[in-house]
This record gives sequence, structure tokens and C-alpha cells, in this order.
Amino acid sequence: MRNRISLAVVAMLMGTTAIAQDNVLHIYNWSDYIAEDTIEKFTEATGIEVTYDVYDSNEVLEAKILAGRSGYDIVVPTSDFLQRQIAAGAYMELDKSLLPNLVNMDADLMAAAAHYDADNAHAVIYMWGTTGIGYNTAMIAERLGEDYEVDSWALVFDPEIVAKLADCGVSMLDAPSEMIPAAMNYAGLDPSSTDKADFEAGAAVLQAVRPYIRYFHSSQYINDLANGDTCVAVGWSGDVFQALYRAEEAENGVEIGYVIPNEGALQWFDMLAIPADAPHPENAHAFINFVMDAQITADITNYVWYANANAASMPLVDPDITSDPGIFPTEAASAGLWGATVYDARTDRTVTRMWTRIKTGQ
Amino acid sequence: MKSFLSKLGFSGRGLVIAVPTVWLVAFFLIPFLVVLKISVSEPRIAIPPYAPLWETVNGAIKFNINFENYAYMWEDSLYVNAYLSSVKIAAISTILTLIVGYPMAYYIARSPEPRRSILLLLIVLPFWTSFLLRVYAWIGILKTKGVINHFLLSVGIIDEPIIMMQTDFAVYVGIVYTYLPFMILPLYANLVKLDNSLLEASTDLGAGRVSTFFRITFPLSWPGVLAGSMLVFIPVIGEFVIPTLLGGPDTLMIGKVLWNEYFSNRDWPVASAVAMVMLIVMVIPIMILQNAQNREAKT
Repeated sequence: MRNRISLAVVAMLMGTTAIAQDNVLHIYNWSDYIAEDTIEKFTEATGIEVTYDVYDSNEVLEAKILAGRSGYDIVVPTSDFLQRQIAAGAYMELDKSLLPNLVNMDADLMAAAAHYDADNAHAVIYMWGTTGIGYNTAMIAERLGEDYEVDSWALVFDPEIVAKLADCGVSMLDAPSEMIPAAMNYAGLDPSSTDKADFEAGAAVLQAVRPYIRYFHSSQYINDLANGDTCVAVGWSGDVFQALYRAEEAENGVEIGYVIPNEGALQWFDMLAIPADAPHPENAHAFINFVMDAQITADITNYVWYANANAASMPLVDPDITSDPGIFPTEAASAGLWGATVYDARTDRTVTRMWTRIKTGQ
Repeated sequence: MKSFLSKLGFSGRGLVIAVPTVWLVAFFLIPFLVVLKISVSEPRIAIPPYAPLWETVNGAIKFNINFENYAYMWEDSLYVNAYLSSVKIAAISTILTLIVGYPMAYYIARSPEPRRSILLLLIVLPFWTSFLLRVYAWIGILKTKGVINHFLLSVGIIDEPIIMMQTDFAVYVGIVYTYLPFMILPLYANLVKLDNSLLEASTDLGAGRVSTFFRITFPLSWPGVLAGSMLVFIPVIGEFVIPTLLGGPDTLMIGKVLWNEYFSNRDWPVASAVAMVMLIVMVIPIMILQNAQNREAKT
């Protein structure tokens, strides 16, 4: 009898683990990059349990993806990294018959993303944004004068200006393929150049201001800006807006602005993709289709303050967000935006080496 | 049974030694060889992100072994500087933990029961909370709008907040705080064995308290000092979490460089070469310790 009971227990346990294995989804997404209820709603709608992990740099994601067998079903690389990883065989082609919500997507933006992934075969746009400057209005006015208008990369790349801000804290993204081109652009060069001399010129701009930089980090600045622990951050549009929103919520008197500088800025697309060795590709398709639902995407944009590429969701997005030129740039500003350049292995090494030297001040 | 085993070439001693041997081979030697292998390969953007050691090209075997990654470490001053800086930070931290930890260990060892047990418990108690959480707590204490600045500003001692986060100062605070128990425990274990009659003899012979401490107690506690120092010094050299969370861009430590090579630069071969050199560099202080302890044992 006892034997039979224990057998039954074992069978039951095995049964539940089998079910659990079939109906799970492992997502690896950027930190602070989804609405609070998205996962909950997905599980409600599909019965699929989700494990949700976060990262804050494309480099970390690439390190995991290229190690192989990451175990993730959904990852969100930025378009230029996506292109390289597709070339390395890291992603599977999407089965578009499982993605009926594709009709919701904005054709122009998807065409822009197709520049990195022909026919959008491997990925769908999740959110997009720009890499600009977030700043604490009061602290800047105090140090640079009430009349100083923040509209130029000079705020972070002109040593004389940055020196005045060093005491209140200036941070930069730990993202070489975004920071060095921005510095190249400030030096009057083409940000998409892969010429070594141009990289050197960009690095020189960064080296000159480095002594005044508090830290290089790609997520810490959200809290620090919101709390007034730092006053300037080169950051991603939506993250700066989250800082703004958190400060408003905390009513701590911190006022934050985000600007796409006049010289232009990087426009990037973060893409939902399925690793080639994903254990649950069907669930992954279900998730991508779920996110492309107009209401779900609108909820995410309303929460994370990043622009989406879902035309059908636009009427559902908070008008404060759609009308903000920092999130949805004006046409004039759009003309100044540049796309990311895909680096080959050798160029990549040159850039990351340069970045290590800049960061460590060596 | 015994003779049967010995006929097969197994001895009792061999079986006993086999367990740690298998352990060391599986969890030290094999990983070590894997890292060694990657350190002499070429990086590429693929899965995995390095070239295999040999490939068959048109039926001929082509070897891809190169030592460029090691040569590279000499060309770029970053690595040597990071090693030296790590050793410096580890040495200063060890001295600081010794200065803070010695009086604490001494006091605990001299305390009567049950106070001694309670004090020991208090030393071990922080381990019940995650190390990561405790380091995060320091961020809240040290940051520009944190507890310390808030207090000093409200009392009126300072007008402008002191910048402590993302500095070497914060790194030292974090390290000394985290590694203090590793200094105190071996020191305590040593000091508690101190023979009281030696101290009495010293006093009888006219030595003052200070003189007794420096001529009797401290020399006798030397093995404890050495053990505690090594327990702090060796792990601090490779420390990654504390300099990452509390340090700034100026805090140069080899653990951070290693992480950077692996994750930010995605350059496994150079990361492996750095790890190999780090291992070799670390073995030296351990051998010095071993040597010192052997000499101690002989005398």
C-alpha cells in the first residue's frame, strides 16, 4: 500500500513538472522596460508561466547569447547587435503565421528596422528611442546660469562646461557603440564612420571630459537622477522619462528634462527575437504576438515612456507621451537622428578597447 | 575483500585519496584546462565566441593556437596597472582590517563567558544577510543624499554634501566592513589560546601593559595575524562586487577588468588570459604563506 502511495506521489510530481516544463517562457529583457501588469496579463491569457530576468547592456546580452544555450526564449537586442548575432546564427526565423498581430505594426518603422534584419525575418520592434541627455533643471541653472539652454552635446562633451557640473554628478552610458559615435558627431565627424582616426577623435573628446564623469553605467542613472544624486546623464529617452516620473511621484522637488541635442542623436530599435536554441519557441511566438496587441503595447509605452512602433496602439497611448518631442521626436529633430552602425569583429575590438581605456582613464 | 581489492591495485589509502583527487580534477584541473585552451584561441563573433584550436581545412588539419592574447596584456598598460592597483587596494585593506579587527578579537578573547559567545555571535551574525544586500545598504549610507550627508548637513558640520560614493574611500569602507570577520575569527582563535601565565610572568618581571602587549601578546599572535591577513588579502585582490557597486571609474581592480573583458568586450580569449595570469600571480602570496607556516611548525 505504502508503495503504491509513494508511486502515485512520484507520478503526480512528474506530471506537474512535465506540465510546468511545457508551459513556461523565459524572457530576458532590459531593466525597467515593461508595464507592471504585462506578464500577469500574458499568463492570464495563455496559462504560460513566465520567468523574467533583466540586463542593462547589449554587451552583456551578447556575451550570454554567444556562449550558447542561454535558456532564454525571448531576448531584446538592439538592432545593430541583432544583425551581428543573426550572422552568428544566434536567432531563429519567425513563423509569421503565428503572429497575426503583425498587421498592427507601423510599416515605415518596420522598414527602417529591416535595414538590420532583411524582411524582418528574425525580429519585431519592441520599443524604440533615442540616446540623448537627461538633466536636473535646477542644478544646471544654478551652475550654468538661468539663461543656459540645454540643447547641445556641449553639456557633456565640452570640458569647460562639464567641469562646472562635476560636483553635482555627470554620468554616461556604459555603451561604447553609442558613446563614441556621439562624441565623433560632436567633433564634427560622421557618427557612422568606422575609420580608426575618427574613433580616435571621438575618444579624445571623451578623454577630455572623463575626469569630471562620476560613473559609466547604463541603469543606475534612473534612480540617481530621480533622487537628485546626479544632475546630468547621457541616457536613453524612456529611462530619463522614468526618472522624471519617479521624481514627480516622490514629490522630492527634483525636476528633470530630456533633450535630443541639436547636433543629432542615435535612434535605436530594440527587437523581440527568439534565440535559435530557445527551449519554448511556440510560447515565445505567443508572447511576441501578445505584445503586438494594440492595448498591451500602449500599456507598456504608457508605463515605460518609450515610443513603440505599433500604429494601432497610438490612439491608446497617453497624449502627453505622443506629444512629447523627447519621446516622439518632431520631424525636424528626426532629420538629425542617425542609425547605429554594425561593426565587424575587428572594428568592435578597436572600439571596445578604446572604451576600456576611456573608462579606466588609462 | 581487502585482498581482492588490493589484487586489483586498490589500497585503502588510495581509495581515501581518490575522493579529493576526483574533486580536484573535476572542479579545478578540467576548468583550468578549458580556460587555458580559450586563452590561446582567437576571438570571433560566433557561438561560442572563439575559434576552435584546430580545424580541418580541405582535409588538412590547421592549428589556431596563438599567444597574442598574452602579448596583448603586456602591450596595454591597463592590465599591469590593474594588477598593481588591486594589490595596493588589497594591502591597504588588509592593514585597515587588522587595525580595526585586532582590538576586537583581543577584547572578545579576554571577555568572560557568556559575553564572549554573544560577541562571537555578533561577529558572525551579518552573514545571515546576503552580502550583496549589505553592500547595497552602504550605498544608502554613503551616497550624496544618503544618511551620513543628511546627518552632517542637518547638524551644520558641513554646508555641501561630501561626495563619498564612486570613490576609493567607499571601496575601502565596503571591503573593511565585509572582510572584518575573516580577520577577527582567526585572530580570536589564536588569542584565546594565549597562556595567562606568560602575561603574569611578564608583569612580574616589571613590564608595563604596553610593553607586555608588544613583546609577548603580539609576537605570540603572529600566526593568527598571518592567517587573518591572507584570508583578507587574497580574496580582496580578485574582488569584483564591492568596487563595481561602490567604486567609480577611477577604481581600477583586476576583477572589474576581467568582468569587462568577458561581458563588455565579449573577448573570451583575452579574459581567459587575464584569468590565467591572475591565478599565477595569486599563487605567489599563497606559497609565501605556506612557507611561513611550515617554518612556524618547525620552530
